[in-house]
Amino acid sequence: MDYFLQQLINGVTLGSIYGLIAIGYTMVYGIIGMINFAHGDIFMVGSFVALILIVALGITAATPVLLLILALALVLVVAMALTAVWGWTVERIAYRPLRGSFRLAPLITAIGASIALQNFVQVSQGAKNKPLQPLFSGSFQLTDGGADGSGFIVNLSYIQILIVVTTVILMGGFTYLINNTNLGRSQRACEQDRKMASLLGVNVDRTISLTFVMGASLASVAGLMFLLYYGVVDFYIGFLAGVKAFTAAVLGGIGSLPGAMLGGLLIGLIETFWSGYFSVEYKDVAAFSILAIVLIFMPEGLLGQPEVEKV
Amino acid sequence: MQARQKDSLLVASVKDSLGAAVITFALACVMVGLRVDVASGRGAELFLEHRWLAVAVAVLIVFAGRLAMNIFFWKREDPPSLNLSGLMPKGGLGANSSNIIKYGLLGLAVVLPFVLMFWLGARGSRQYIDLAILVLTYVMLGWGLNIVVGLAGLLDLGYVAFYAVGAYSYALLAHYFGFSFWLCLPLAGILAAFWGIILGFPVLRLRGDYLAIVTLAFGEIIRVVLLNWYQFTGGPDGLSGIPRPSFFGLEFSRGEGGFASFFGLDYSSIHRIIFLYYLIFAMALFTNFVTMRLRRMPIGRAWEALREDEIACRALGINTTNTKLTAFALGAMFAGFAGSFFATRQGFISPESFTFLESAIILAIVVLGGLGSQIGVVIAAIVMIGGFEFFREFEEYRMLVFGMIMVVIMVWKPRGLISSRTPSVALSKNAKGISADLVQEGHG
Repeated sequence: MDYFLQQLINGVTLGSIYGLIAIGYTMVYGIIGMINFAHGDIFMVGSFVALILIVALGITAATPVLLLILALALVLVVAMALTAVWGWTVERIAYRPLRGSFRLAPLITAIGASIALQNFVQVSQGAKNKPLQPLFSGSFQLTDGGADGSGFIVNLSYIQILIVVTTVILMGGFTYLINNTNLGRSQRACEQDRKMASLLGVNVDRTISLTFVMGASLASVAGLMFLLYYGVVDFYIGFLAGVKAFTAAVLGGIGSLPGAMLGGLLIGLIETFWSGYFSVEYKDVAAFSILAIVLIFMPEGLLGQPEVEKV
Repeated sequence: MQARQKDSLLVASVKDSLGAAVITFALACVMVGLRVDVASGRGAELFLEHRWLAVAVAVLIVFAGRLAMNIFFWKREDPPSLNLSGLMPKGGLGANSSNIIKYGLLGLAVVLPFVLMFWLGARGSRQYIDLAILVLTYVMLGWGLNIVVGLAGLLDLGYVAFYAVGAYSYALLAHYFGFSFWLCLPLAGILAAFWGIILGFPVLRLRGDYLAIVTLAFGEIIRVVLLNWYQFTGGPDGLSGIPRPSFFGLEFSRGEGGFASFFGLDYSSIHRIIFLYYLIFAMALFTNFVTMRLRRMPIGRAWEALREDEIACRALGINTTNTKLTAFALGAMFAGFAGSFFATRQGFISPESFTFLESAIILAIVVLGGLGSQIGVVIAAIVMIGGFEFFREFEEYRMLVFGMIMVVIMVWKPRGLISSRTPSVALSKNAKGISADLVQEGHG
């Protein structure tokens, strides 16, 4: 039971990270119907930006707690802004010129952009993985391991709390943004009918760009979380994280924001439980298999709407 | 409100270029300007290296480049028409010039090893023949994938999985049962086609981009299994000592009973290389031959129809599942052939050779050559694989440039450089006038 609890905590943490990335996929798919294959690499760029900023600001575990939190908040904001520029640029260069082209064209440029981003980071930052010393080391012990000390000690670390809390706050803010602001309204309008929206005075190109910007900044938050949680990044993390987050988006129902979060949580839980109870080596196979199974048997996902095929 | 006054050409250009420069600075300031590295010796401490000069150069290049483009092309009322399209034949290659190129390349491919041998000698020509073998392998893979992507319009991002199935089938059959290459070649093809059917059957009713992602997932699953099933596949260590093919029972070995002594030649290791060259050449031609024949058969017509409009196909009573499945299985079969050739040529295989990147390279060859164009695949393979080898010194920049080229060419010419995506048959001259560019992709 204790082991189960520990896996549950780890799974929810990992799931929050996947969920944040999945939102980028689901929003872009909802609005222009394409799989932004480079999104995983935007996440990777985000985590590199965060790492560089942390090193540049000289943040270490020795920094006083209040200062540490402030500094991390600063890193978060700057990383979100800079990664958003990356997301915007990819959209502007690789996707916008192909709007209205055949359906697979943007997917192919997305693959190209993904390869280019990965190798750009490899060239500019080196191929070695970058380990970051843990910034928060403390944790709550939820169980004491039994009277004789033979039981399993369940740890809830501060960083896990931080990740989950940040995710919840961002999700709340984000849902408000989509439901209650002008930007959110024009986004939903573009999602339903781009041509009609443009006739009614919505700047479609700008709305789409802003979608990419938002997706990228959320991905950079996920990048920072990933960095703090695992303490190591390299130029290749984007691929796997991207595919898993995409799986999460599909599982939750692509195009649906709560679905993305739910899917992220589920994928995180499945992955940790799979590695906890079956085998660590095949955890990626588990994620990929879920992707295939969901797409085959339940293409609309858990919370999505079935797509009507039109001529 | 007053109408906004239009800026003069120069002011508008400078404004626009300044914007671009600011964005470049935002992109580059952290990712280029600072490089985080692990200090050696002092534990795993991270330190930063500053490269502000590189950022300045990048910003200046973007500013100047964009300014020049703005002034001379983009913002001009009468942009000088740089007649690039005049250099390219209209509507892809004409039948005539296409034939010349086709037979020219074919003839060149036939005589290539001898020309090289004559010119450079056995020792000097070896690396070039090796490169030619590599190019031909990619040509064959490209032609195989062309059936799936180019003809049937199914985007397959996991094509390398079937290549891996072929390679591992041969290696494992030879390892456990001692089968020879010539027995394994068809077996590898059949096994790969079988896997194509197994994987294809559930997923082929999915829409285009979903299909792409599922095939990617399958490709990764196969790779991860190969990597972790240590007892059977050797895991990351791979399989080595894969037997070499024989020439009608003659081994390419020194001494009695070998290829050289049978034909009364002096033994040389180049014989096997040349043999491998003609082997892959024949296999590639076989792929092309089968594809071209199938294109003229009802099944090929059905593929092309499927690519243009799936719903119309269904309305006309074409069994879309079977049609897709044949394309998928045939493509997989050719990948299986190529895979077993790869295994026998290398003598060693490991999951490293079958990553997603490999799929992306094959896909890029097909897409950049022009979906559905056979000669386009050849030219794209020569340019890309040859180019890769040519820029071997710039190892780390190669893939970066590759990714960028993929984006640029797709944006510039979405139908590929040597595009021929027009269906083999069309209703009339008028019907042909509706180019595929204007037709929405069917939900294939």
